Amino acid sequence: MSSFSALKILPSHPIAGEYRRHSSPFHAAPASRLLRSSGANYLSSTSSVTAAGRPVRVLSANVVSNEKQIGSALAAITSKEALDLYEDMVLGRSFEDMCAQMYYRGKMFGFVHLYNGQEAVSTGFIRLLTARDTVVSTYRDHVHALSKGVPARAVMAELFGKTTGCCRGQGGSMHMFSREHNLIGGFAFIGEGIPVATGAAFSSKYRREVLKENCDDVTIAFFGDGTCNNGQFFECLNMAALWKLPIVFVVENNLWAIGMSHFRATSDPEIWKKGPPFGIPGVHVDGMDVLKVREVAKDAVARARRGDGPTLVECETYRFRGHSLADPDELRNPDEKARYSSRDPIATLKKYVLEHNLVSESELKAIDKKIDELVEEAVEFADSSPAPPRSQLLENVFADPKGFGIGPDGKYRCEDPGFTQGTAQV
Amino acid sequence: MDRIMLSFARRKVLCGKFSASVLGKAFERIPRATYPSTRNYSSSLKEMTVRDALNTALDEEMSADPKVFLMGEEVGEYQGAYKISKGLLDKYGPERVIDTPITEAGFTGIGVGAAYYGLRPIVEFMTFNFSMQAIDHIINSAAKSNYMSAGQISVPIVFRGPNGAAAGVGAQHSQCYAAWYASCPGLKVLSPYSSEDARGLLKAAIRDPDPVVFLENEILYGESFAVSPEVLDSSFSIPIGKAKIERGGKDVTITAFSKMVGYSLQAAEILAKDGISAEVINLRSIRPLDRATINASVRKTNRLVTVEEGFPQHGVGAEICASVVEESFEYLDAPVERIAGADVPMPYAPNLERLAVPQVEDIVRAAKRACYRLVPKSAAA
Repeated sequence: MSSFSALKILPSHPIAGEYRRHSSPFHAAPASRLLRSSGANYLSSTSSVTAAGRPVRVLSANVVSNEKQIGSALAAITSKEALDLYEDMVLGRSFEDMCAQMYYRGKMFGFVHLYNGQEAVSTGFIRLLTARDTVVSTYRDHVHALSKGVPARAVMAELFGKTTGCCRGQGGSMHMFSREHNLIGGFAFIGEGIPVATGAAFSSKYRREVLKENCDDVTIAFFGDGTCNNGQFFECLNMAALWKLPIVFVVENNLWAIGMSHFRATSDPEIWKKGPPFGIPGVHVDGMDVLKVREVAKDAVARARRGDGPTLVECETYRFRGHSLADPDELRNPDEKARYSSRDPIATLKKYVLEHNLVSESELKAIDKKIDELVEEAVEFADSSPAPPRSQLLENVFADPKGFGIGPDGKYRCEDPGFTQGTAQV
Repeated sequence: MDRIMLSFARRKVLCGKFSASVLGKAFERIPRATYPSTRNYSSSLKEMTVRDALNTALDEEMSADPKVFLMGEEVGEYQGAYKISKGLLDKYGPERVIDTPITEAGFTGIGVGAAYYGLRPIVEFMTFNFSMQAIDHIINSAAKSNYMSAGQISVPIVFRGPNGAAAGVGAQHSQCYAAWYASCPGLKVLSPYSSEDARGLLKAAIRDPDPVVFLENEILYGESFAVSPEVLDSSFSIPIGKAKIERGGKDVTITAFSKMVGYSLQAAEILAKDGISAEVINLRSIRPLDRATINASVRKTNRLVTVEEGFPQHGVGAEICASVVEESFEYLDAPVERIAGADVPMPYAPNLERLAVPQVEDIVRAAKRACYRLVPKSAAA
């Protein structure tokens, strides 16, 4: 299949334009009048203007190919960074492979969506974030959780439905939450996470500007190609740009939404182009190469942290397995799968770091071994953990459990010590 | 004899076409505790419209906690589609009173995401009919999140706006959502009637750490009610989950919420002339439902009439009837009676609209039936 023409569009300098006092919050510069028609062709001119009147500089770079010259266009990474990236991707891959095994052995159940092949996107973005930055994901969220720092044993126990899981077994595969690591979902409905992520970015800006706290936390929203046809996506592109929120919208375009090909579902399949009509820079990057993703991510995250607003990043990637473990995956062409397998992100990174003498073969093998042991240990931990006790059923429905109301004796039900021991009838 | 007649002048209707008085004069019974000892009308009891009650509640809560902010369509420069947020933009600025584009799904989700991080958004829906565009976020990202995250993420958000029928606004602007939201675990659903309810419940909702759906009523916005100094105090709030007995009685229990409380009180006056003493319960809280108060009342009167404006099937009344049958069956002397809106999308023509929502006569008739007085049945559907 044809690769997209790769273009990087960045604003060349901060927005220069009249600042009109508006009823938009945060005194954001409103989208000024269109200086050209929105049909402007951003691709050809070297200096053009977005619909919001912001000058942009268009760079042409063929970031899709794997040619050596791309390596020199990328900033160098250190050995330490290389090992961190490698370890994170191998963790993601091994974990997901183990999930498949456990599912077929009946220890995992329900809907399980695996991330094999897309590791470069998760690692490329999330390893750049601080602990305070937020990640919002979809149902394909195991590896986002792992990259953000949620321990593998907590994720595995959650998948097994045990009380030691990161959500005490109450969330499951599709609903990973970790307050400590600022991973706020885990959403089953596509597009649902995008407004929530926009709200998290909103809260970051609110804290800085209204509560006067020292807050420059950034939010990354991950979602797929299918979501880019959903109304909420466009609503949030509009509001994030309108209010200049510190968010990066990352599209993991793996070309398939269950069995629906992206090209059958989308009138204009180039998703990165949907940013500029809202005044958001759109970037397309090869999502099978973690170093390229990382370079783009650095720019986008820095942009958000500076207060310059959102970026839309489309990562061309691929999932090696089906949509979920229940998906027979009959509609995808084996040639397509083979082509993307040859661009396996872990193999690509391994080749790069060995060729550039950043790490040795033995160091990589040591990491492989370490991760194997880690994942094994996670499975053992999950296996030996207890299932949630009966009393957990009624816990955490409310932060204030007086929401269960007043019982026949006139006291709040939750004040009865035996409340959670009873049946679910309240 | 302990009655004060108050007349209600204004009723602002956005469409402005429907002129006939739906509510007419309502009789408000002042609770004994705040009633002055003399028979004269005392000027120490202030009168306040529901609109002002909501406005002052919002103002005080925003002033007390800088994390509280209001977002919705027309809440800022327009001063609120129904003028509930009048003056708030000037006082708190555009960072805290946010005019949103017409994107319910988007801005509701943004409110939820902000609440995940400890801010306290108040999301206003111009009417709750529009909340259907955002219901995924109300239920799936707000109501269920504390549970799915095992307590890590609480969502201190309030969704508020007018609910139920207005006057002549047609089928897509008239639905009552109390039953829909009240069936969902993780939500608290409140519906005020008087100004005291409006102030107290809205303050409680804003201070609450869980998602609260706050169902107002457009017709009630212009209604005036007497409020005691206690209600006007900025720390005033009403506990969630407790119903209020608006009028004591011994022959039949009538439960209602929002505008139907006013109708039920009128019905109680009419019934009193026929020697039937009706106890009117203002539910205030649809979820959690105050089953204790309802059942205690039915055990006293032995008869139940539930009144609501929404569609009859799977409605609030259905839940109350089931609860009473389950818990107080031996005390019932008559079958439970449900009064609800007609099982049709709301028609536009005023005479049909009148037929589609409960009227005072319907409540009176149901109460008489429950008391074994012979009355002809009206159209059942």
